[in-house]
Amino acid sequence: MAVLTTARAESPDTPVTAPGKRVRRRPSFGRVVAWAVMVAIVLITLLPFYWIVRTALSSNTALTSDPSSPLPVGFSWGGFARVFGLQSTEEALAQGGAGGSLNFWRYLLNSTFVATLVTVCQVLFSAMAAYAFARLRWRGRDRVFGLFLAGLMVPTIFTLLPNFVLIKELGLVDSLLGIALPTMFMTPFAVFFLRQFFMNLPLEMEEAALLDGAGKVRIFFRLSLPMASAPLITLGVLTYITAWNDYFWPLMVSYSDSSRVLTVALSIFRSQTPQSGTDWAGLMAATLVAALPMLVLFGVFARRIVNSIGFSGLK
Amino acid sequence: MAVASSSTPRTKPRGDGLLAAIFIAPAMAGFLVFLLWPTLRGIYLSFTRYNLLTPAEWVGLDNYRRMVNDPIFWGSLRVTIEYVVINIGVQTVAALCIAVLMQRLTTSSLLRGIVLTPYLVSNVVAGVVFLWILDTQLGIGNEILGALGFDHVAFLASNEWVIPSVALINVWRHVGYTALLLFAGLQAIPGDVYEAARVDGAGELRMFWRISLPLLRPVLAVVLIMTVIGSFQVFDTVAVATPGPGGPANASNVLQLYIYGSAFGRFQFGYASAMSVALLAVLSVITIVQYRLTRAGETDLG
Repeated sequence: MAVLTTARAESPDTPVTAPGKRVRRRPSFGRVVAWAVMVAIVLITLLPFYWIVRTALSSNTALTSDPSSPLPVGFSWGGFARVFGLQSTEEALAQGGAGGSLNFWRYLLNSTFVATLVTVCQVLFSAMAAYAFARLRWRGRDRVFGLFLAGLMVPTIFTLLPNFVLIKELGLVDSLLGIALPTMFMTPFAVFFLRQFFMNLPLEMEEAALLDGAGKVRIFFRLSLPMASAPLITLGVLTYITAWNDYFWPLMVSYSDSSRVLTVALSIFRSQTPQSGTDWAGLMAATLVAALPMLVLFGVFARRIVNSIGFSGLK
Repeated sequence: MAVASSSTPRTKPRGDGLLAAIFIAPAMAGFLVFLLWPTLRGIYLSFTRYNLLTPAEWVGLDNYRRMVNDPIFWGSLRVTIEYVVINIGVQTVAALCIAVLMQRLTTSSLLRGIVLTPYLVSNVVAGVVFLWILDTQLGIGNEILGALGFDHVAFLASNEWVIPSVALINVWRHVGYTALLLFAGLQAIPGDVYEAARVDGAGELRMFWRISLPLLRPVLAVVLIMTVIGSFQVFDTVAVATPGPGGPANASNVLQLYIYGSAFGRFQFGYASAMSVALLAVLSVITIVQYRLTRAGETDLG
């Protein structure tokens, strides 16, 4: 029942022949309607992104007088300047900003730090555990794996409150480490997903390496891990995006600039509504800053990720 | 022992106990400390009065008694269920539509990438963007409504619209991912089944009802269980895109928001834990019932 990416679909993008491939060239009425619906879906999917950019490049005064122009109105970089704290308070207030100090460089850095720490550690530790479950022989292996699997049944949200109590007892509230810690070591899904992959690797190469006298540690790091680079990258990118986008947990743990990540900063920016009305240009600029890194990351790995979303049935 | 074992030739190691222990250790530590222990502790805390400052005090079933008699709890459960029904209903139908369209029209990776794009931004980003698009005064959504001759609607600030609006915002963010999962399920159906049906003169619609849907059922069941569980945990969008805690007259006071407020607003960690346990119980029951009803795991593809 795990969230479902699998190495199986990782095979190069062989164009699967659409089951209902038609020989006739003349487009039927149904096909035209189907394509029209598809185009509408693409527009609904993408237009909000365009609207972020259009608004971020507008000025607040022009937005008020011309809310529906499809192009930026009163073109201005002011929104971005406010987001990165480059405007003086008077300047910001004059342009419809809140005048509060925000420094998205700081939050960008915090988000990057947390997401990187979580991703590197989680993927490495999960891979080690997965290898031990798939390839090493030890007593109680299946029982321990069963326990890990049972962890899949606990919704993350249930562990947030007790985990907060724990992080508080550890004195890590309002620290980046406190935000990263609970997801740094493993998720049951990551272990399960990588174990599947290691189980499907052919044994021969490892056996050959063993005969050559290589130790199992060496085999893991020099042979198995490189061979698993495709699923590791998929898992890594998805973990990075999840960590970057997390809101509820950082909201509980972080209280000041020192540990504030982008999602939390964005919600604070949104709640600092000035008297005269919301600073939409600034807010959309901030939104873009929060969203763009993940969109770029996805752009680089899109094909791989899209092709690996599928089912790895839990049997 | 160490000397003896190191001197034995390790041609055929019978077990890798020590190495396995080292490899498992970090993940095991994380599992025990941040998953198993908090789960048990969350259940324990639900039987206590606890405000973070003084030690937890055992109060038996008090929190549960209070919960059963708390109209706000029942209200937020009702709001949450309303949200889940709209969210899952619309999302499942839309995802099925997109998946089938992709299967029958094109398998382009680019299109799949586009459909997945909203899934890459956070709930907070989605919430803030639609807060702007649906703004009563200046939002483009309301401008379009106005141009079509309708009155502006306070989508995220009125009691009757707030939950449907939030539900649809989250459909926007998650529908692509769900569609790709269903698409993967559809791709597993052999093409010759469709060819045979076409030879027999079946149309697209008929093929959908008679082939795609029945053969997709196991996948659909798993996807439904996953998405329903995710949907019940809604928090981010409501917290960001609706006014004040819980919105006007608690109209958007979903369960997670109430739990968060109880813990971090009123420091009633015991009561908040009890409600979390209740949610956990609801989710477990739903999982079991759904699994049974849809006979997930069985496939008609012999």
